[in-house]
Amino acid sequence: MNFRLKDIVPQLITVIAVVLIFGFFTYNAQINMENRGIDFGYGFLSQESSFDVQFSLIEYDGSHSYFRAYLVGLLNTILVSVIGIIIATILGVIVGVARLSPNYLINKFAAFYVEFFRNIPLLLQIFFWYFAALRALPLPQDAEAIFGVFFLTIKGLYVPAFIWQNFNIFFYSIVAAVIAIIVIRIHAKKVQESQGKQIPVFLISIGLIFILPLLSFLIGGVSLSFEVPVLKQLATTSFIYEGGVSLPPELIALTLSLSLYTATFIAECVRAGIQGVGKGQKEAAASIGLTPNQVLKLVIMPQALRIIIPPTTNQYLNLTKNSSLAAAIAYPDLVLVFAGTALMQTGKAIEIVSITMFTYLTLSISISILMNWYNKKIAIQEK
Amino acid sequence: MFKYLKQLTSLVAVFAVLFAFTTETMAAKKSKTLKNTQKKGFVRCGVSQGLPGFSNADAAGNWTGVDVDVCRAVAAAVLGDANKVKFTPLSAKERFTALTSGEIDILSRNTTWTLSRDADIGLTFVGVNFYDGQGFMVRKSSGITSTSQFKNGISACTNIGTTTELNMRDFFNSKGISYEPVAFEKADEVVAAYDAGRCDTYTTDKSGLAAQRTKMKNPDEHIVLPETISKEPLGPVVRQGDAVWEDIVRWSLNTMIEAEEYGITSANADSMKTSDNPAIKRLVGAEGELGAAFGLDNDWSLRIIKQVGNYGESYKRNIADTGILPDRGPNQLWTKGGILYVPPAR
Repeated sequence: MNFRLKDIVPQLITVIAVVLIFGFFTYNAQINMENRGIDFGYGFLSQESSFDVQFSLIEYDGSHSYFRAYLVGLLNTILVSVIGIIIATILGVIVGVARLSPNYLINKFAAFYVEFFRNIPLLLQIFFWYFAALRALPLPQDAEAIFGVFFLTIKGLYVPAFIWQNFNIFFYSIVAAVIAIIVIRIHAKKVQESQGKQIPVFLISIGLIFILPLLSFLIGGVSLSFEVPVLKQLATTSFIYEGGVSLPPELIALTLSLSLYTATFIAECVRAGIQGVGKGQKEAAASIGLTPNQVLKLVIMPQALRIIIPPTTNQYLNLTKNSSLAAAIAYPDLVLVFAGTALMQTGKAIEIVSITMFTYLTLSISISILMNWYNKKIAIQEK
Repeated sequence: MFKYLKQLTSLVAVFAVLFAFTTETMAAKKSKTLKNTQKKGFVRCGVSQGLPGFSNADAAGNWTGVDVDVCRAVAAAVLGDANKVKFTPLSAKERFTALTSGEIDILSRNTTWTLSRDADIGLTFVGVNFYDGQGFMVRKSSGITSTSQFKNGISACTNIGTTTELNMRDFFNSKGISYEPVAFEKADEVVAAYDAGRCDTYTTDKSGLAAQRTKMKNPDEHIVLPETISKEPLGPVVRQGDAVWEDIVRWSLNTMIEAEEYGITSANADSMKTSDNPAIKRLVGAEGELGAAFGLDNDWSLRIIKQVGNYGESYKRNIADTGILPDRGPNQLWTKGGILYVPPAR
């Protein structure tokens, strides 16, 4: 009994202290806001926002609500985070493996990249990629076409837009291909386990993912045409490209700097993971006749991943949170659109900052949960 | 009998002193901001992060500008020294939060007076120290000389958290022009991006355009278009709920404008004490008890004029002589064809 009490009392005190502190701050904020004649409430979210946003994934203009503006900012944050995470992961894995390369040049180059990019503050890198690159890029009228259809200019990257006929049939063909591949994989595993026979799953998968969509073009009535951007004159020296899709330079600079920065940390995680697998594992695997590819795929990577995943999760979280630096270069993310313009127009500082904090918390926790689930899945399964 | 009279007079004297004491400090007691300011010994003033002519710091950290002069006038009035001001540079986004949270006591930062700001967010605008309007800047080489030449797809650089964003939408919508807004948090980045060619036009208050133009790599390559698309009355702001402080800031500004109207300058203020005009005598503290209502002495307005100067001097020193906007336009006295008109100090 005494032992139990000793256990519970400190925890109880902690809980009470936390509740009291939160209560005090809430009370204090309420009193102060009342004194200054500021109302508290989330009703503003349904009001008309009356400001426009440069770049949005959903339909939006100033006649929509503040809530819609919030969604615009949130989706832009998610967009830059997802692209950033994908690029950073690919680059990080390549550089991490390159750092272990026996080739002196590759090895040193990777090491130089890591040390250079991870030791310069991210905000500076964002400014560098934005302003330095911006000044270096040509004006729309001077831009050279890349492959005849892409135009990289100071006002953004213009790419051709896809114009689909019967897009749904094409989409279903891809879904069918993916399902077929999963079924074949499961079947192949069973066959290998029962008969020891190997089916070339990889080649079949590649074939399926190309052939099914191709069939949809040939017999499904799907067709695709491109709308290539064309130069349009606004004034004597002022031009833009019309048609196609334009990616604003703010998005490009932000994605680039976030990926280059975070990739250095991921590269170190990958290197640590691979080096953390005992040398004997590799030698043992080779001695039972596995090919080098199989050694990497079946022995080294499953063990290395267990070391790589947890610190890499941290890097994904960092990247997502760092994307809020977007405000510095006018990329309309959650902080710029919602905690910036919307906050200013409404003056609802506490409400908007609390929503923004809660949103980042939710985003981060979602990534955490996803990565923890993956981590558990690849952890040693004790039977 | 005399004994009683003596006692009575001393009693009256005591009451009189007490009463005088209470009326003297009534205002100071009512105003927490005034009391805190006098206790701290400096006025806490929020300004811009660098807008030539309005609030700009030189290399040595000395702030100058017409917005800065409003804070200096208040410091001269309540503390006796126009230099006793602590300036806090704020972005457009931070400014109101800094004021409502009590980090600063006056926000004098080219801030537009609008209904929603005045009514909604716990702020009170005390007056207008610059009548402005939103305009557009373009490169001369573009050949654009009027906003009527704007075409669909034009990109416009601006600041977030300003009325500019809202006016811009109203303007382009009413003209039926599609546009790309590129909004930065800091003015320096807006200028850098526009200067690099990211945007076809840069839009903000015309005074701001004129001031920022001086910061461009080559100012002569840019022009400000003649059209004005909005009313932007800029003025100092205080927190809601301290009426005495609000009055002090309002009348410090009014004093500067009225001093110009009566021809009182920093140079001749002392000699004006013997003027025949009672309005002038009141302004320089030679007549009336105008300071008492704020809990200040009678020389408060004289100090403003002597240490900061009248509005015309401030404008000339900060905006005209620096080449930003030599023509005063609407910011001229009502007696000279402008719209500066303040209630009388009496």
